[in-house]
Amino acid sequence: MDIAVHPGEIVTLVGLNGAGKSTLIRVLLGIVRPNFGEVVRVPGLRVGYSPQHVHRDSILPMTVRRFLTLGAPAPKARLEALLEEVGAGAILAHPLAEISGGELHRVLLARALLREPGLLVLDEPLAGVDVTSQSELYQLIATIRDRHGCGVLLVSHDLHLVMAATDTVVCLNRHVCCSGHPGTITSHPEFISLFGRYVSSTLAVYRHSHDHRHDALGEPMPLDSGASRTPKASGGRP
Amino acid sequence: MEDFFLRALAGGIGAAIAAGPVGCFVVWRRMAYFGTALAHAVLLGIALGFLLEVEPILAVFAMCLMLAGCLLLLERQRLVSLDALLGVLAHAVFAAGLVVIAFMERLRVDLIGYLFGDILSVGAVDLWLIFATAAGATAALAWQWRNLLSVTVNRDLAAVEGVPVERVRLLLLFLLAAVIAVGMKIVGMLLVVALVIIPAAAARRMSATPEQMAVASTVIGVLAVVAGLFGSLEWDVPAGPAIVLVASAMFAASLLIPVRGQGGRDE
Repeated sequence: MDIAVHPGEIVTLVGLNGAGKSTLIRVLLGIVRPNFGEVVRVPGLRVGYSPQHVHRDSILPMTVRRFLTLGAPAPKARLEALLEEVGAGAILAHPLAEISGGELHRVLLARALLREPGLLVLDEPLAGVDVTSQSELYQLIATIRDRHGCGVLLVSHDLHLVMAATDTVVCLNRHVCCSGHPGTITSHPEFISLFGRYVSSTLAVYRHSHDHRHDALGEPMPLDSGASRTPKASGGRP
Repeated sequence: MEDFFLRALAGGIGAAIAAGPVGCFVVWRRMAYFGTALAHAVLLGIALGFLLEVEPILAVFAMCLMLAGCLLLLERQRLVSLDALLGVLAHAVFAAGLVVIAFMERLRVDLIGYLFGDILSVGAVDLWLIFATAAGATAALAWQWRNLLSVTVNRDLAAVEGVPVERVRLLLLFLLAAVIAVGMKIVGMLLVVALVIIPAAAARRMSATPEQMAVASTVIGVLAVVAGLFGSLEWDVPAGPAIVLVASAMFAASLLIPVRGQGGRDE
């Protein structure tokens, strides 16, 4: 397994549940130590991380403002500007437990950006978000990458539809199954008629090119042995 | 007023001060059952203290810490869920405490006193330990406040932002064990977690920030101790349960207050 994220590059990590996406992320973030292998970081690299879930329980009185400054204090004007940048609006004084799922993703993004990161790690930033908002978030991530010049490592559970601005897709199933560049879907008329040109322009189709398949236990095996279900995916033609 | 009553009052107030802010974290982090499990180590701690001839509060503290350590180590195995593990270990150490005390013929233990508290027997040494715990816990929480909050909301995010997550979690366990050790003297092992949780839960409705909740929790705990003690004197009922009952009544009353810190009322 080998994965690299360069400055200004967007890498999308896809894989089914249990494929090891979160574990890989936690290793890359330095939260867990790998059993073997190594993580090489540019010296002085600051990482901004947006986790999949945060514990938000109304028993803890905490505003969005307070949440944003848990890592480090920041002036109110800076926080307002950041929320504006991620399109979350004036919710600084709102309780964290009460903002919507979409707003939470944006707030998490703002907290990650507050660190002026060289690398942005986003763990399923689209979980529980509808298609239109998904494409807005994708657009936002691309804009942030352009403006800040940071590398972006994005985790997605969607195997086929990825962010159009992705440079490299890495498909994980306990090892790297395949990786490559996604193809555009803007030329796919049915998709456009379903979701509109704007949504279609933010998404891309990733065609998997596995040279193996997985048995019931998830162990890799050659493509031609056995019949029936194959994880080899064909996600629409570019 | 009698000396013993004044000592009881001071001891109870000290324990409430120690328990207030720690209780907030127990509530925020959903560690109530964890605290209950730790409290079950009290009897074994008492027996240990008698054997080694150390202060009961210190021995109970050490025993709670040992149990917390066991739980942390066993939590990593995947065979049994944490919930079941807490249930197994808590009752195992409780049973062990009862059996060991039964074996020690020279030890005359007032079981009821340890189960339900014996606030009227608070001595000078107890007072010292209680107030040292209150001061230490307050100072430690103030020192690590931001880190503790950060770990409470999201461990991984805190870790990425440079918070020493494991050390912060251990600090909280350490403080919880200390609070249980001093609180057990006041309301007993069966009710000590109530002294930790109920004031914190009651404080939620009147607090818009975590800090306000920590302060409100302390104030509510102190009020419950004072009212409970005077109530027990007035109506001749056991002090520990009276304190917990007053705190519970305050929690019930707090539910009538509209919630603060919701609907953008902060700032």
